[in-house]
Amino acid sequence: MRAARALPALLAGALLLAGCGGSASGAPEQGLTVFAAASLEGAFTELGERFEAGHPGAEVSFSFAGSGDLVSQVAEGAPADVLATADTATMQRLADDGLAPEHPALFATNALTIVTAPGNPEGVTSFAELADPGLAVVVCAPQVPCGAAARAVQEVTGTALSPRSEETSVTDVLAKVASGEADAGLVYATDAAAAADRVAQVPLPEAAGVVNGYPVAVLPGAASPRLAQEFADLVAGPVGRQVLADAGFGPPPAP
Amino acid sequence: MTSLPRWVWLPAAVGAALVLVPLAGLAARVPWRGLGAVVTSPASVDALLLSLRTATASTVLCVVLGVPMALVLARASFRGVRLLRALVLVPLVLPPVVGGLALLYTFGRRGLVGRSLEVLGVQVAFSTTAVVLAQAFVALPFLVLSVEGALATAGQRYEAVAATLGARPTTVLLRVTLPLVLPGLASGAVLAFARSLGEFGATLTFAGSLQGVTRTLPLEVYLQREQDPDAAVALSLLLVAVAVVVVVATRGRRAAR
Repeated sequence: MRAARALPALLAGALLLAGCGGSASGAPEQGLTVFAAASLEGAFTELGERFEAGHPGAEVSFSFAGSGDLVSQVAEGAPADVLATADTATMQRLADDGLAPEHPALFATNALTIVTAPGNPEGVTSFAELADPGLAVVVCAPQVPCGAAARAVQEVTGTALSPRSEETSVTDVLAKVASGEADAGLVYATDAAAAADRVAQVPLPEAAGVVNGYPVAVLPGAASPRLAQEFADLVAGPVGRQVLADAGFGPPPAP
Repeated sequence: MTSLPRWVWLPAAVGAALVLVPLAGLAARVPWRGLGAVVTSPASVDALLLSLRTATASTVLCVVLGVPMALVLARASFRGVRLLRALVLVPLVLPPVVGGLALLYTFGRRGLVGRSLEVLGVQVAFSTTAVVLAQAFVALPFLVLSVEGALATAGQRYEAVAATLGARPTTVLLRVTLPLVLPGLASGAVLAFARSLGEFGATLTFAGSLQGVTRTLPLEVYLQREQDPDAAVALSLLLVAVAVVVVVATRGRRAAR
């Protein structure tokens, strides 16, 4: 009986608290939703904090996922203000439907590199050695940006790989190498940098000619286009350049 | 059967809608015109055949291992049988990705068992065997639950009679117990097959993804969605169709009996 009587009081209290929460935050709060490729997670999280520090009242929330996923979500009406993808082809799918601006600015590049288990037990030194059938090599599937780049490197070098697995995301490739299931894999330089000691990195100079350009765009449906543009400018500006370089990204190609 | 209170229909209808409306949503997006080309592409056919092969193998494995497990859980009495039953059902509540990690750290090249297998020259990682293992891991509890439930319902009267008439334990098992639980075994096998067919997370984490070897239909759907969402929807329809055919065919036959 006592519990039954306490329930309405509890509910009222909860409502009161919820009401307070709504009014206490003040007037000028502005949310900004940024959809960004998974490889951007570290750099963009830091840029988001800097952006909030420079824009009192602004609150940046991120969704990090594979570029293809993000583009599908935006096409289905997900409420994103800013979109940054890991290659231009994926962004172009939205532009084709009029859901993103044509020719968005490139703000960074990323190149593939070879990773092996820590200590490089198989002694891999070059891309050509990855063709050795005794080596368990894992790459991304050609349908995703990192796989398209892996295929391009094979074309540039004339070395055809026979991978044991073609993963759907670059993080899956990294996980297979870090866990020792695969002897070697092709990932972005930024992923290798983020993984630190969990993998060993082997330079892949041939990949320099095959870089992904990362575009950032303010989407037409942005709730506050001005704030969104300011975030895009931060990403493409000197602060963004520095943070991205620290994460292992290359500078955007000269226009 | 006594008549139901009328209010039961409302939540029941909402529940049915929760299952059926998303299927309609999927169907509404099917690119009917390009359907044939997508479904018959080499990648799709490879994925479908691999899915059917691995789900069949996993179902056989589940029956061979799951029926004895159900017998032990239902009939044997020893300390810890309740705890064992709870543990065996863990894959039911485990997110498939966690199952995949567990398998990876067991059968992977550096795993608990995989390390020894590696010495023997057996490699599970990136093989079709890994897919079957992942599917059996998630599907086994369905079979065990079904058969154990059937054993509990059937009771032990006929077994006791057969035993008093001088039948040996193996004879009782094969001639009395198993025929009694056959319907439960059949529906358990169907559930296990369906669960195997839909397995995604553990396969992705543990087995990898390579056309014709480890890329089953759900993995193909997931990959296609990256580049061509329409193709992914078409393949999803194929998966739904296979699942419906399997479930309806077996359910229908049982209902007719």
